[in-house]
Amino acid sequence: MNPKHYWQITLWALIILISLPILRILSAWLEPSGEIWAHLYATLLSDILTNTLWLLLGVGLGVTLLGVGLAWFVTMCEFPGRRVLEWMLFLPFAIPAYVLGFVFIGLFDYAGVVQSALRTWFDMGGLDIRDGRWAVMLVMTLVFYPYVYMLARNAFYSQNNSLIESARLLGLTPFGVFWRVSLPLARPAIAAGAMLSLMEVLADFGTVSMFNYSTLTSAIFSVWEDFRSLQTAAQLSTLLLGIAVLLIFIERWSRGRARYDTHQRLHARPYKLQGVRAWLVTGFVTIVVVLAFVLPVSQLVIWAIGYVAEEWTERYIDWISNSFILALGAALLTVSLAVLVNSVRQQTRLSWPIKLGLRFANLGYALPGSVLAVGIMLLIIDLGEWLAPGSGIWLSSGVLALLLAYMVRFLAVAYGPVESSFDTITPSMTEAARSLGASTSRLVSHVYFPLLKPGLVIAGFMVAVDVMKELPATYLLRPYGWDTLAIRVYELSAEGLYERAAIPSLILLLLGLLGLYMVSHITKRYKLRRH
Amino acid sequence: MKKGLFALAISIGLIGCAEQDNNSTTTQVKQPFPNEVVVYSARAEHLIKPLFDEFTKQTGIGVKFQTGNASALVERLKAEGDQSPADILMTVDAGNLWYAASQGLFQPLNSARIASQIPAHLRDPNNLWTGLSVRARTIVYSSERVDPQQLSSYEDLGSAKWQGRLCLRTSGSVYNKSLVAAMIAHNGEQQTEQTLKNWVGNLASKPQAKDSQVLDAILAGQCDVGIVNTYYFGRMQADKPDMALKLFWANQASTGTHINVSGAGILNSAKNYDGAVKLLEWLVSDDAQGIYGALNKEYPANPKIGVDAQVDSWGRFKQDDLNLSRVGELQQQATMLINRAGYE
Repeated sequence: MNPKHYWQITLWALIILISLPILRILSAWLEPSGEIWAHLYATLLSDILTNTLWLLLGVGLGVTLLGVGLAWFVTMCEFPGRRVLEWMLFLPFAIPAYVLGFVFIGLFDYAGVVQSALRTWFDMGGLDIRDGRWAVMLVMTLVFYPYVYMLARNAFYSQNNSLIESARLLGLTPFGVFWRVSLPLARPAIAAGAMLSLMEVLADFGTVSMFNYSTLTSAIFSVWEDFRSLQTAAQLSTLLLGIAVLLIFIERWSRGRARYDTHQRLHARPYKLQGVRAWLVTGFVTIVVVLAFVLPVSQLVIWAIGYVAEEWTERYIDWISNSFILALGAALLTVSLAVLVNSVRQQTRLSWPIKLGLRFANLGYALPGSVLAVGIMLLIIDLGEWLAPGSGIWLSSGVLALLLAYMVRFLAVAYGPVESSFDTITPSMTEAARSLGASTSRLVSHVYFPLLKPGLVIAGFMVAVDVMKELPATYLLRPYGWDTLAIRVYELSAEGLYERAAIPSLILLLLGLLGLYMVSHITKRYKLRRH
Repeated sequence: MKKGLFALAISIGLIGCAEQDNNSTTTQVKQPFPNEVVVYSARAEHLIKPLFDEFTKQTGIGVKFQTGNASALVERLKAEGDQSPADILMTVDAGNLWYAASQGLFQPLNSARIASQIPAHLRDPNNLWTGLSVRARTIVYSSERVDPQQLSSYEDLGSAKWQGRLCLRTSGSVYNKSLVAAMIAHNGEQQTEQTLKNWVGNLASKPQAKDSQVLDAILAGQCDVGIVNTYYFGRMQADKPDMALKLFWANQASTGTHINVSGAGILNSAKNYDGAVKLLEWLVSDDAQGIYGALNKEYPANPKIGVDAQVDSWGRFKQDDLNLSRVGELQQQATMLINRAGYE
């Protein structure tokens, strides 16, 4: 058999591994639960669907406008504080959405610090921020915009100056350049970023329940809790998958046909802003950084200070190392998987069934962690019964079940950056290296690896941070002794002990920031390619 | 070709997880104490670890526990079946205990001590589980804006005088489902549905996500009355002794104040039945019940034991003595009613 076939078989095996848990969930339709559906239809269904769609629309618009706008400012314009702000805009990525949720409610709700002060001093402030949709949309926009920002920023940096100069010479205003040149070229990246954010929105449970905003995902949990029906919960999850598929279609369509030349990158910022306009941009970017990062972190620190003595135990060492090891393990596995798939894609044209299989495997990102976890648990038990009845494969699966859950859930996160870094390798590079007498190992170590490394590092980082923040699947699937920081945050905040929960939240955040620092350190050496 | 790189990446990944697997088995094999008892707990770590630590200190029997969401732990136990390592399932809310029992997870708990010390309404009629601590869910009011003479019952919070003055926690909270289930048992479905609709009509704001937020809202003046578990009130009072909030014991003239339990049962899969019984018996002892009170301001399940001083300062009250397994049984019906009444 030709080696290409082996690759194809490996690829199929992996696609099946990743898809099986999703298929196990879909199989819930084999067991009808008509009575509960009738009740849902009569009471909650239309509300949760409208709420979910509104949330997707609002957050989708929010992250796109904010992420793209910020990315354009920091890449194309020079303004006071740009260097620091450009970096700080990444930071909210390390904050779990539910943490920003409880901080915002603590600060801005009726009983919060801000409104209480307004009432005392000015006799005003009677706003319930949990009412309506805007506050939950705002919170999610502030946590999820970094996906768009990261990818759009990268796309803007890879647009070259001569193109923008020509556009300016042809009389385009800055907005014209943005709208007619930069934006169309960056469309694939923006669509990919918005897509990732919306998948996060779909799977979110913590934030929406803070705001008592019922969505499809929160309904999945209540159906499970209230009606004790895992079947109905799984059936509702397929609705979620349906929405995710729809989103993927929209993404593909909105990508357009744009392809950009990645060899010449931006080497100077075209717009040096002066005076009021410069400060307006600085002000706007600062407000975003303050709302999405400085404010919540300060609040967490204030809460944490008084409770360190009460909350700190030696168990924290375990929790930190568990969070770290799980994040690292999942990042390595997920990125390896993405690399494997893309290297096959690089060598051979993928057949359409494989392409379809890959799409399907990427859907796991939209699934709420706990539904996915149950799918995996049932799957492993089914497999155990089939392969070796009575041997208790589930109980000995240990941490592997959890790692599989992370892979299914976060493959989509790793896939994007890895795919686009593979796209930077062109056949001419390989030919050039070969013609200069490079061996295979030299080709890999000196040509491919340097080109791929930034993308792989970013993919690994994004997965690692997501895994550290992940709660439901970890809570359900972890073997004995694998408690994590996210679990501690949840257990404390579930009891309303936000002050104590601030401590593990801050540690989680620090780990994320450490990762971010390492990423910028590792990828820094490659920035020269821009010049 | 690139195979080398991929092989490397994948083997790193595999080594990574092989290593983690070893770690997990060593922690599982390591047994510092003989006859360890294994507990799956829906009660959060910070609320049970001090109890287990004290048990181990006094008896030399180790306790290994794993926390988790109650429904998820039940699914996990169902899946693990006979091979489950767990001896005990511990949950908060009687509905979860009832559900675990209805799924056939528990075996009868044969302990004369528990039967004599824990009142019958806090235990399963078939002895499958027992309550270990009692939480009372009652009315809280602003002592600045409410005359306690006006308060009487949960049902009365639906009357016109509380229009726009009521705060409730979300109906998604299992404590509210149990409260509504108890109301169905006492008042019937129709009347309860009407009460719920009245409550919803009186709400000052969208239901809060937490009991603690209900307290915050009353304190801030967003509303004047609410329903909370007393230990949330206790925690806040410990921080702000002079706060303008007070508890009112609901339904004293009728059914008694609604209570719930955190409790436990011994699993069918238990490998260490004797150790499990010892742990549960210890948990109803004076020492343990005292820790429950001190840790979380809960009431002892054993009525002969004195309550925590702060808890005692809220006064004595008549408990609703409806058997809690009935509450668990009615929970699903309660949820449907809640949804129909439009209580978010």
